[in-house]
Amino acid sequence: MSDLLVSTRKGLFTLRRSTAGWAIDDVHFLGDPVSLVRPTADGALYAALELGHFGAKLHRRDQDGVWAEIGVPVYPTQPPDVEGEKPDVKWSLQKFWAIEQGSDGTLWAGTLPGGLFRSADEGATWSLVESLWNMPERRAWFGGGADVPGLHSIAVDPRDPRRLHVAVSCGGVWYTEDAGETWQVRAKGMFAAFMPPDQRENPLIQDPHRMVACPAAPDVLWVQHHNGVFRSTDAARTWTSVEVPPSVFGFAVGVHPEDPDTAWFVPAVKDECRVPVDAAVVVARTRDGGRSFDVLRSGLPQQHAYDLVFRHAFAVHRSGDVLAFGSSTGNLWVSEDAGDHWTQVSAHLPPIYAVCFG
Amino acid sequence: MPSVEFTSNLLRHLPTPRAEVLGATVRGALEAVFAEQPALRGYVLDDQGALRVHVAVFVDGRGVIDRDGLTDALGERSEVFVMQALSGG
Repeated sequence: MSDLLVSTRKGLFTLRRSTAGWAIDDVHFLGDPVSLVRPTADGALYAALELGHFGAKLHRRDQDGVWAEIGVPVYPTQPPDVEGEKPDVKWSLQKFWAIEQGSDGTLWAGTLPGGLFRSADEGATWSLVESLWNMPERRAWFGGGADVPGLHSIAVDPRDPRRLHVAVSCGGVWYTEDAGETWQVRAKGMFAAFMPPDQRENPLIQDPHRMVACPAAPDVLWVQHHNGVFRSTDAARTWTSVEVPPSVFGFAVGVHPEDPDTAWFVPAVKDECRVPVDAAVVVARTRDGGRSFDVLRSGLPQQHAYDLVFRHAFAVHRSGDVLAFGSSTGNLWVSEDAGDHWTQVSAHLPPIYAVCFG
Repeated sequence: MPSVEFTSNLLRHLPTPRAEVLGATVRGALEAVFAEQPALRGYVLDDQGALRVHVAVFVDGRGVIDRDGLTDALGERSEVFVMQALSGG
């Protein structure tokens, strides 16, 4: 079984499965906020730090297990008076919010304040995808949960590494089929009921909290949006609203690696409240493309639980049966039967930002 | 010659020995340090060359005025101290 990589407010925790169950095996960067970690096909790990004083940093661990700090994206010089640029958007890296690798080895990084960067040399150097950054439409994006927009989801098509879908809070879903030369917004069908009526369906202001594509069927995408859950079966050209019990609000979503109809969500009370419905942690699972859901509670706290699961904090193992998620209050749960039953692995971790399997 | 010293908290991330450098302004002194250690730049300055929001620089015991341009003047024996601002938590 793969290791479990848990990024937290106070470091990176790696967990390993033994016959006795899951347990913490090692701790890295203790004391430093780790916003996310991603493994890549070459056996490396990339860890994104968000140092409170000294900025966002990136470390790479090679197959020998040695961590080394590598390069970070640097935004170009900001021209004065960029038309339509919001005052809060300073062209400077604040945070890594997505790191993904395509089958051609290209690393892609999504950031706050909304830039997409790529690296062809394992993160030593990065270049801004200027076609996306310089679009006038980009300046319509705004912050969701942060002062500035954040590009948090990158789905690289496993069939063709030039095709990417990226999602932005708040800036909709964008698609390129030429490795970032040109972009199309693809948010038709999404709506934002919280916006003024004439802006509800504006694709440029949609707030997808997290977007995942099914690895075996990459034209099927799921989005946990601020306003609900949306699913696309046509490579994001159109989106359909899905009703999820007990609430359509949440941040995280996971999709089965082979079955695009199977997905998991961790619902919460919407907007200002942001705690589990009835203070009971549940996972909602569909196996029929969103027509129906099971609300899974076994092993999860059902009284006075105030855990929020952040957008990168739900992980699906490539087996499709082993799942893990972590919460804002440092709880970590694992299921080995696709969510039917959960085991609490830890109740004492720092606030959990991201969970993935190594 | 002005000196530049860094908070020991930076030592967790990279070596930051005290340096004596040529420089008539804060930027001049910092650039001289970064020329010797390029990796340090991103810890102190943001992408636009301004002081990071949660980094503070003192010159002879006084906080710098020009956090963007770093034009504050240095004397021949000025002591520049770079530290984490408490606003950063």
